[in-house]
Amino acid sequence: MIKLGVPSKGRLMEKTFQWFAERGITMEKVEDREYAGRVSGIDGVEMVLLSAGEIPRELAAGRIHLGVTGSDLVREKLAGWDSRVEELARMGFGHADLVIAVPNFWVDVETLDDLDAAAAAFRRRHGHRLRIATKYHRLMREYLRGHGVADYQLVDSQGATEGTVRNETAEAIADITSTGETLRANHLKTLSDGPVHASQATLFRAVDAPWDDAAQATLADLRGRLGV
Amino acid sequence: MTLPPKATERAEAERLLALFLDHGAERVEPDLLLPADTLLDLYGEDIRARAFVTPGPDGGEAMLRPDFTVPVVQWHMARRGDPARYAYAGSIFRRQPDPSRPHEYLQAGFELFGHDAAEADAEVFDLIHAQVAHLRPRIVTGDTGILTAAVMGLETTADRRNALLRHIWRPLRFRALLDRFSGKTPVAPARADLLAAADPFAEAGPEIGLRSRTEVETRLAALRADAAAPPLAARDVALIDDILSLSAPSDAALERLRDIAVDLPAITPATDGLARRLDALDARGIAPARLRFEGSHGRSTMEYYDGFVFTLSLPDRPDLPPVATGGRYDALTRALGGGDGMRAVGGVIRPGVILEGTA
Repeated sequence: MIKLGVPSKGRLMEKTFQWFAERGITMEKVEDREYAGRVSGIDGVEMVLLSAGEIPRELAAGRIHLGVTGSDLVREKLAGWDSRVEELARMGFGHADLVIAVPNFWVDVETLDDLDAAAAAFRRRHGHRLRIATKYHRLMREYLRGHGVADYQLVDSQGATEGTVRNETAEAIADITSTGETLRANHLKTLSDGPVHASQATLFRAVDAPWDDAAQATLADLRGRLGV
Repeated sequence: MTLPPKATERAEAERLLALFLDHGAERVEPDLLLPADTLLDLYGEDIRARAFVTPGPDGGEAMLRPDFTVPVVQWHMARRGDPARYAYAGSIFRRQPDPSRPHEYLQAGFELFGHDAAEADAEVFDLIHAQVAHLRPRIVTGDTGILTAAVMGLETTADRRNALLRHIWRPLRFRALLDRFSGKTPVAPARADLLAAADPFAEAGPEIGLRSRTEVETRLAALRADAAAPPLAARDVALIDDILSLSAPSDAALERLRDIAVDLPAITPATDGLARRLDALDARGIAPARLRFEGSHGRSTMEYYDGFVFTLSLPDRPDLPPVATGGRYDALTRALGGGDGMRAVGGVIRPGVILEGTA
């Protein structure tokens, strides 16, 4: 029996059910048992309903064999994510971009190159590093290190991140945006280098799950049906 | 792969420490739990990926000791020490990308403050090298001071030189800056329009946040000045590239650098320093021809080295980290000494790697 972790509510759950249904595998919640589900159309697969945010951890621990969650969550929550899970399929929904946004009136800042230069001048003038409010610490740190940006600090913001600039608890933000409307309303603009990460719902395989012969056979069967 | 037992690793560290103490060093024992501020200010957020950061007792953040050099320098600068030799042995804590590598391991190290730079460099290298010479390590050396001198000698604006100096340790951004300053990366049309605009703030929206309009205007002025400045000469960029790509035995590297210094005289003091160091090493029986010199060595570590750097690795064990590393960090003493600095050079050995390499 292989365990497949699926987001337990909302559009992400509905779209996941729909994605599997289009490939001949039906999933449904069992009415009287809140976090269990039924899978038909294939033998040997058990569905486990979990919060999308918990699925990366369950995959890393090998407690589920497969899981559907946002690619941003896997990259953010798992150190060395690509050695612990394998991407089987990008599912084409749940799109959300992690972007860096700065005040619109920073007309001198269009790119990461500008942000880096502005951060250096900011630190000299204010005596502390330029603050970027975000909840995506690992993604941001790896991205900015990869691009050689210095003199910034990440400050934690778990909600209402767009408001941190106006409140002067941060100079810039990095957040998930699907439309950009909230950014504009808060007089913020994104950098032109493109998103830090373009996230979408993704089917992952846990490297460390118990892949015995039966589980491997089921996986092969499933991959055949899904065409992934 | 099995790691050596902790007790064996500890015994090896103590043995090395005893040798350093015999050499005339004073023993130091920095705290395991350090205030995070200093290290974050020095290295920025990058260090969070490498160190274990935890809420501290005073509401701030604390860090499990990720290296000895910073606390040893702080201690020495705080007591305004005269020339001194220090030694230590103890655990350091580093997050590893490879989970099979230890996150806690021992280092035994030796730090030398003051004295003639070339003599001190040679003394530290000789002492560290002697402890691992029986493993026939692969030796790579470098000198970040030569690149720094080359940048300071560029015929261009002070702003450009400072921008390049700030990114000596970030090769990718350093390259992006060189490309921009030399005109290889063209100015984006939107940027050209902005700098030419009568009112650059026409559609800018309200002023929000701590970074003020004055700061934006200051940077616009700097961008206009930069746009008006002539590009870096292709010849100068080629000389920087020559330095960065240099890889040769130290005696041959010195000859090559002296050739480069004909066109870039600003590096002459730094190459003279290299020559004196090689003489000092030679006098200790370490032939320059045995020391590989690489122009880029020491740039991508987060170690704040700004002069001589060296790395000793086990040639048959590419799976292991270097068995010993070290270098000169005069700039670190300035950063931690409130502007007052002094000469300082040091090196560390990883006893665990010696044991793994000889197992």
